[in-house]
Amino acid sequence: MSRLNSPAELEEFRKSILSKRDPDKPCITLCSGSACHATGSREVAASIEAEIKKQGLSAAVDVRKTGCHGFCERGPIIVIHPEKICYFQIKPEDVPEIVSRTIKEKQVIERLLYSDPNTKEKIIHESEIPFYKNQERLVFGSNGSIDPKRIDDYLAIDGYSALAKVLAGMTSGQVVEEVKKSNLRGRGGGGFPAGRKWEGSRNAPDEIKYVIVNADEGDPGAYMDRSLLEGNPHAVLEGLIIGAYAIGSHEGYIYVRQEYPLAVENVNIAIQQAEAYGFLGQNILGSGFDFTVKVHQGAGAFVSGESTALMTALEGRVGEPRPKYIRSNIKGLWGKPSVLNNVETWANVPLIINQGADWFTRFGTDGSKGTKIFSLVGKITNTGLVEVPMGMTLRDIIYNIGGGIPGDKKFKAVQTGGPSGGCLPEELLDLEVGFDELTKAGSMMGSGGMIVMDEDTCMVDVARYFIDFLTDESCGKCVPCREGLRQMLKKLTNITKGKGEEGDIELLEEISEIAKEASLCALGTSAPNPFLSTVRYFRDEYEAHIKEKRCPALSCKELISYYIDSGKCRACMICLRKCPADAVDGGKKKIHIIDQEKCTKCGTCFEVCPSRFSAVKKISGEPVPPPIPEEERMIIRKSKAQ
Amino acid sequence: MTEIRLQIDGKEVVAKEGMTVLEAAQSAGVSIPTLCHHEKLEPFGGCRICIVELEFRDWTRRVVSCVYPAEENLVVRTRSKKIDKIRKMILELLLAHAPDSPELQDLAQVYGADKDRFEKETSFCIHCGLCVRYCDEVKKKNAVGFVDRGIRKEISFIPEIASKECWNCKECFPLCPTEALQAAYLLTQSLTSPPPSPEPASE
Repeated sequence: MSRLNSPAELEEFRKSILSKRDPDKPCITLCSGSACHATGSREVAASIEAEIKKQGLSAAVDVRKTGCHGFCERGPIIVIHPEKICYFQIKPEDVPEIVSRTIKEKQVIERLLYSDPNTKEKIIHESEIPFYKNQERLVFGSNGSIDPKRIDDYLAIDGYSALAKVLAGMTSGQVVEEVKKSNLRGRGGGGFPAGRKWEGSRNAPDEIKYVIVNADEGDPGAYMDRSLLEGNPHAVLEGLIIGAYAIGSHEGYIYVRQEYPLAVENVNIAIQQAEAYGFLGQNILGSGFDFTVKVHQGAGAFVSGESTALMTALEGRVGEPRPKYIRSNIKGLWGKPSVLNNVETWANVPLIINQGADWFTRFGTDGSKGTKIFSLVGKITNTGLVEVPMGMTLRDIIYNIGGGIPGDKKFKAVQTGGPSGGCLPEELLDLEVGFDELTKAGSMMGSGGMIVMDEDTCMVDVARYFIDFLTDESCGKCVPCREGLRQMLKKLTNITKGKGEEGDIELLEEISEIAKEASLCALGTSAPNPFLSTVRYFRDEYEAHIKEKRCPALSCKELISYYIDSGKCRACMICLRKCPADAVDGGKKKIHIIDQEKCTKCGTCFEVCPSRFSAVKKISGEPVPPPIPEEERMIIRKSKAQ
Repeated sequence: MTEIRLQIDGKEVVAKEGMTVLEAAQSAGVSIPTLCHHEKLEPFGGCRICIVELEFRDWTRRVVSCVYPAEENLVVRTRSKKIDKIRKMILELLLAHAPDSPELQDLAQVYGADKDRFEKETSFCIHCGLCVRYCDEVKKKNAVGFVDRGIRKEISFIPEIASKECWNCKECFPLCPTEALQAAYLLTQSLTSPPPSPEPASE
């Protein structure tokens, strides 16, 4: 393919791509991101290719391996075009039937369709499934329809038209104004207005300026940036090139973590293809604007996602935040003005340019415009990536899209904003999700992690878990973060072990205050959030642990005991056989007893005890009832029925 | 060089452009405690004890004076209830590691810090980085560095470099506010085999 030398040539080329595509030709799209691979989509892909060949359909059917569709709970996902028939949880052995029945005979295979868990109704199209229906997939929507390794797929959905529009008829000032008007705020965590950041760099007098993509996503359970970069790398590139043009930068970096090999592969392919077409390099689309981009693989430190730490790492040094009070957009990478935005922020840019800031601001709340992709995980029926307009309530996200809590359990809290975010309780389910709304409630937007917790989750242990993560991931440079977290972890661990003391909560609050106030970077200033938000909304749980040595969620091992209710035990021997510690004493027709000395509190007996007996009990904060006297342990049949 | 006029603890101070608030205060004889600061080294901003308050018309902001640039008309307060509280906690957190450090003890007296507030973990090092940065920025040898991160972070001599460079230098020793540095050095020395000759190498 030769270079495209003008916006007009791009449009001509786009027309030629579209003219070669027959909208009625069957096409099988299969999700093929990292999460999809984990559920077996590679094997399904191989099976599709083999089956198409076997049935002699190679010329008649297109197969497209796309990025993540978002509904990972039900992956791997296949969509068959043009009918848009949607099949879930596909296994390689389903493929022959799909090809012969759906592709050849145009019949729908009932058993592979989505079945609504409540109504049991079978649904054929993605757009009618509640998980998708209630989303607004402006940024993420294209993921399911393009092969990220083929730039022509991106061009076919109007790709690089925003870049052409900018280069053909907008000044850099107009681009900055449009982004400012859209009030696009940083999707990586801080929520800083992108337009203002760009403006600062644009106005800086320096000759050399940089634009950077932050793809150092590191929150446990969050993978929206990975899926976007894997599934639609050109959207991110296009946004980046537009940003570079707006601020007058000729060099950009994509900082992506090494643990994301597919994202690295796809974005490298995308760069090569964009260079070949003339969207990158010298004289882009004949405009005279030059821009190149390099991929830098991060070594996997969570703190390197912090903007100044990321730039320090790009410079080849240890990724630690800088203590400077000068903004990076004025003095950033190698001391030059540098605009660093997150993957999702950059991917929003082409949409804003193409459809205008007025269109963009129709979505969202007063302070937060557009949409946000969340990674909905934890105790939730529909695990996956969801994109919703800002301002949707937590309840709508968790129940309408996420399908609620599985296993008849009660909702307890939702943790947003990554490890240094906060836990929000049931009373706040009607909170509208936006940058300022979440911060006000004691949590934050962060990069969009959303971990749902049910009644079995101990909130003190949740705080301990995240603080533990942060003690590991702190760079260790400043005292309030490194030492404050060290002491917080000790106290929280003690509390979960029943060694909490009066005054612990107050001390934790004091350390939190100092860490928030005096830490060097945002990791430290936000690190106490897991504690502060749980103590704000679940203080009674802390007090129960400290004063009564009781874990209300029956989760902290040191504070719980298991025993067998002698009135309910039918001496079935299941728990006795499964106990890995040989702590269950009993026998045939002999009521079982748990030896508290031997018990390791693994909970196996509790899980295996048949629900019709429910003889194994879990308690906390109260003494274990004395075992049944030896002479009463034999079960004597009372009637013939038994 | 342009002069900058600012006010520190009610005192009119004239500073030079490019100075930090800490340098401006020091030039005017106002004392601000520091642990990781050294005039020959780039500001580090790690210990946070030099935190001060900036007063604006109707709000205050706390910044770390060793890195915050002196600005015209800035009103700086080096002590307040909040500042003292932060410094006290920082000292208490550090005293858990180096309870016998005279520098920390002196400051503890000023701010009423209790050296026994936190459980002792006497690793001595308080991660001020003076040795690491001095060896890098002044001596350009990088014989000592930080290893690991977070709460596992520690200083360590690089045996290959230390065995050649350190014997005749040891300029970092007096910089150390605790005894961690000597301990780390002795450890490295004991690991270096054969022990380095006390005579200067004839290279």
